[in-house]
This record gives sequence, C-alpha cells and structure tokens, in this order.
Amino acid sequence: MPELGKYASEVLASYAVSIALLAVLVAVSVARARRLRRDLAQVEERMKRNG
Amino acid sequence: MASIWSYANPKKFIDTTDRVLPVLSVLALAALVGGLVWGFFFTPDDYKQGSTVKIIYLHVPAALMAINAWMMMLVASVVWIIRRHHVSALAARAAAPVGAMMTVIALATGAIWGQPMWGTWWEWDPRLTSFLILFLFYLGYMALWSAIEDDDTAADLTGILCLVGSVFALLSRYAVNFWNQGLHQGASLSLDKEENVADVFYYPLLLCIAGFVLLFVALVFLRTQTEIRARRMRALLARERLND
Repeated sequence: MPELGKYASEVLASYAVSIALLAVLVAVSVARARRLRRDLAQVEERMKRNG
Repeated sequence: MASIWSYANPKKFIDTTDRVLPVLSVLALAALVGGLVWGFFFTPDDYKQGSTVKIIYLHVPAALMAINAWMMMLVASVVWIIRRHHVSALAARAAAPVGAMMTVIALATGAIWGQPMWGTWWEWDPRLTSFLILFLFYLGYMALWSAIEDDDTAADLTGILCLVGSVFALLSRYAVNFWNQGLHQGASLSLDKEENVADVFYYPLLLCIAGFVLLFVALVFLRTQTEIRARRMRALLARERLND
C-alpha cells in the first residue's frame, strides 16, 4: 500500500466509489443481457410451437 | 470488406459483436486494472497536490467518456434521423446509462478531489456547471426513451434531445477555454508539452483512458444487443396478442 499521507481518505474514497459504480454498471448490464436473451428464446420457442 | 451499413442488420450486428465482445472485455479489464494499479501503486505524489493526484486516473478518463459517450449518441442519433437504421437508435439508447454513470463518476471524484484542493465540494464554475447540466440531459434522455411507447417516435424525439444536449457536451469540454474564470484547471492532456501532465503521470493515465474507452465500447455492444432483443420481444408479443 503506498503512503497516501493526509489525503488518504479522499484518494481511497474516490477509488472505492468509482470501482463500485463501474461494478454496478457492468453487473446490471450483464444481468439484463442474460435475462433478455433467455426471455426472447422462450417467446420465440413458444411462437414456433404455436405456429 | 463489408460496408459499415451492413451492421444496421440486427442479426449481423449481434453475430459480429458476439464474436468481438469476449476479446474486448478481456482487453478492457486488462487495461483498466493495469492502468489503475500502475497509477495507484507506482506513481509518485504531485509536489502541489500530494497523493490526490492519484484521483486523476479515474476522474479524467470518466470525464472524457462522459463527453464522448454523448458525442457517440449524437452520431448514432443523426444516423437514425437520416437513414432510419434501428440499430443506431438502439445503440444511442444503450450508451446513455453508460455515459450517465461516467458523468456521475467524474462529478463524484471531482467533488472528492476538489474538497481538499479548493476547500469546497462544489463551485458554480463553468466546467462543473456544464457537466451537471450534461448529467441532467442524460437523465432526461433516458426518461424520454422510457416515457414513449412507440420505439420510432421515442428514437425521433430523443434524437432531437441529443442534438440539443450536444451543446452542453461541447461546453463541458471547452468551458474552461470559453470563460477564463472558475476553479477548474485546463485540460490535463495536451499536445503542448508545457500544458500536459508530466510523463510519470501521463503513461498510466493513457492506459486508464484506453481501459475506459474499451469498457465503454464493450458495454455499448452488450447493451445494444439487449436493446435489439428487447425490441424484437416487444414485436413478437404484440404479434402474439393480435393472433389471440
């Protein structure tokens, strides 16, 4: 861990906030992509079955 | 070589981006982790700003992407307005939450950085104010997409909003040059050697910027695929309701 001196809390807070926001953005995007892929496959399958 | 317009075909877009996405994601992660680790652990403190200079590796790339995401949305919206390619309208829609999140990161890290350096979390400085307005445009843009049921009408109206918001995207980039007042400094990256940050900060910063750009592209590809699927599902469900 580098010596951050008197600004340690500001530097660490910046990294924590940014990494958390990026992680949330990626997680939400991936989860929605998976859900839509699965839901669309189900709808397409149902429509194929029903002609 | 295929024309760029061939990617206006949703199936071709999904097939191509499906192949590119894994590579893009790995590169984005490698550049981001590499740049942040380099910047955080292996660069010295600034003689004036102390260790807060390490915030530059998040603040500058996020701010850069916040502005350029809107510019990408502008290009995609203009393509939609002129050529009526649905994929471009959906790409603009997909980019908005990513750009909004970049704006939040830039504003948050700027406030955290500003407090010890300027003695205040916030100042109605030209750049900060235009950045806040850009964030409000992002929120308005996303709200407008959600508020209108018909996809084509939503794409038309959000496209116009995007054109208007571009003024603030540009202002947030050049506000420091237009109004020579306020607390925010000029550009950290410049072709002018005197203006540019020192090399010891510059190279890890470039790697972080590359990471943010790659992450943005990967997320926009993934989210555009999702928007294409969501649109197809709405169409199929509407057809199913008609047949019932």
